[in-house]
Amino acid sequence: MTIFGVPTQALFGQLLIGLINGAFYALLSLGLSVIFGLLNIINFAHGAQYMMGAFVAYFALQWTGLGYWPSLLLAPVVVGLFGIVLERTMLKRLYQLDHLYGLLLTFGVALVVQGVFRNQFGSSGLPYTAPAQLTGGYNLGFMFLPTYRAWVVVFSLVVCFATWYVIERTKLGAYLRAATENPTLVQAFGINVPRMITLTYGFGVALAALAGVLAAPIYQVNPLMGADLIIVVFAVVVIGGLGSIMGSIVTGFGLGVIEGFTKVFYPEASNTVIFVIMALVLLVRPAGLFGRAT
Amino acid sequence: MPETAPLLAVRELHAWYGESHILHGVTFDVRPGEVVTLLGRNGAGKTTTLKSIMGIVGRRRGAVSFDGHELIARPSNHIAWLGIAFCPEERGIFASLNVEENLMLPPAVRPGGLSVEAIHTLFPNLRERRRSQGTKLSGGEQQMLAIARILRTGARLLLLDEPTEGLAPVIVQQIGATIRRLKSEGFTILLVEQNFRFAATVADRHYVMEHGRVVDAIANAELATHMDKLHEYLGV
Ligand SMILES: Nc1ncnc2c1ncn2[C@@H]1O[C@H](COP(=O)(O)OP(=O)(O)OP(=O)(O)O)[C@@H](O)[C@H]1O
Ligand SMILES: [Mg+2]
Repeated sequence: MTIFGVPTQALFGQLLIGLINGAFYALLSLGLSVIFGLLNIINFAHGAQYMMGAFVAYFALQWTGLGYWPSLLLAPVVVGLFGIVLERTMLKRLYQLDHLYGLLLTFGVALVVQGVFRNQFGSSGLPYTAPAQLTGGYNLGFMFLPTYRAWVVVFSLVVCFATWYVIERTKLGAYLRAATENPTLVQAFGINVPRMITLTYGFGVALAALAGVLAAPIYQVNPLMGADLIIVVFAVVVIGGLGSIMGSIVTGFGLGVIEGFTKVFYPEASNTVIFVIMALVLLVRPAGLFGRAT
Repeated sequence: MPETAPLLAVRELHAWYGESHILHGVTFDVRPGEVVTLLGRNGAGKTTTLKSIMGIVGRRRGAVSFDGHELIARPSNHIAWLGIAFCPEERGIFASLNVEENLMLPPAVRPGGLSVEAIHTLFPNLRERRRSQGTKLSGGEQQMLAIARILRTGARLLLLDEPTEGLAPVIVQQIGATIRRLKSEGFTILLVEQNFRFAATVADRHYVMEHGRVVDAIANAELATHMDKLHEYLGV
């Protein structure tokens, strides 16, 4: 069977790869957006923190025998704490300054962290296997669906929408949205805004680490796994509009799928399509598709 | 008249924005249950005084004591929990929150605040428009929302910065009625105003500010006899 002259097997296969990539784009750009909204900092360490998440899962298995399921919780907590320490000791000194300083600091942190890991572990991937419950797959007739990949897509959708729900529909989210607009006034109402900022950074970093654990069985565990991905994720964030929650989710999944289809119909462009879209969006809507012009 | 101890006592308050020294030793008192205004021309330092009490200017010095607590070194969130609430000049309604979320945002810092029903009775528009985006309200409704949300918190001292600025006369009257009502319920209010005719309808006493200092104090009952002086102070 073919659609537009392309075998359905190939088409759905690429759609699935697109959704998988989209899941990682969405999780990572969501964290970046949440962080940027409240802290005004472009967290260039996000890719390194994603990698750290994968490594925590790897170490947990090697050293203590803790498997995938506990790591899904452990890695975000450990790397989130790393983020909290980073925020308390360094980032908090930069809030009064231009975005550029935060970007430079976090970029430096990313280089240091990635350098240390590469020294220790080289740059070839370390294998990490999916848990037994998630191996195998389903034959859907028109395609073969590996269980682990289906899990990644569904689980990241759930995490993304839970995050959206908390931010847009709860009291805690109202504090966050208000503090994003006017932190001084929110603090004058009695909210401990500095603590909220710290926890928000920790949460955004934890999302990156969670994505890292999800990625480990698919892409292996590699010190540079985040360095390549984060470039694409920044393009996704630019397209969606920095600071928009729903924008990050929709753009992340959408661009993953577009990238997947490009591989089918015009493979030469599959590595550049996102950057082409970014250039077009910047021409038409500089604040991004979902961003509010300021 | 026996002097009651002040609820708020401001002594030799200095404040700075970066390098600019704005307040040069502000001193005044507000007693429990009083409505007191700060009058003065543009740039006299009225807003800065309220912000310094609330702890949201960059640098401040001097003494601000509230209900036995010294505020000068505390962060603004602690000051709020002692029972002071601030309604800013620019109103500070949040665009990303709807009317109800704006209303419910400030945490109740102590018991005794107005219930949501009481607030809706006071400002029926806020009930009708509770699902609207906060900044979609008219200027008058936004001002009501800005006042309403601090009435819920149980704060006993309200700092209101020019609540009548730019509003139509009927709305100004409604805000005047609200302030008198709050006074009758025992709230203490420090009100910044440029419109002394309005101030005269709600306040017990007035302080006049000039160049970052309090230069005069006038009881409301004596306002009529000080009109010439007041015109001069305010340049009206
Ligand atoms: N954020 C700021 N940075 C620097 N200077 C400021 C800042 N805010 C106010 N000022 C200056 O401080 C002085 C006092 O301002 P303030 O807002 O307290 O006056 P005000 O009495 O409230 O005036 P208005 O009636 O116009 O509201 C003014 O000269 C003003 O220019
Ligand atoms: Mg002012």
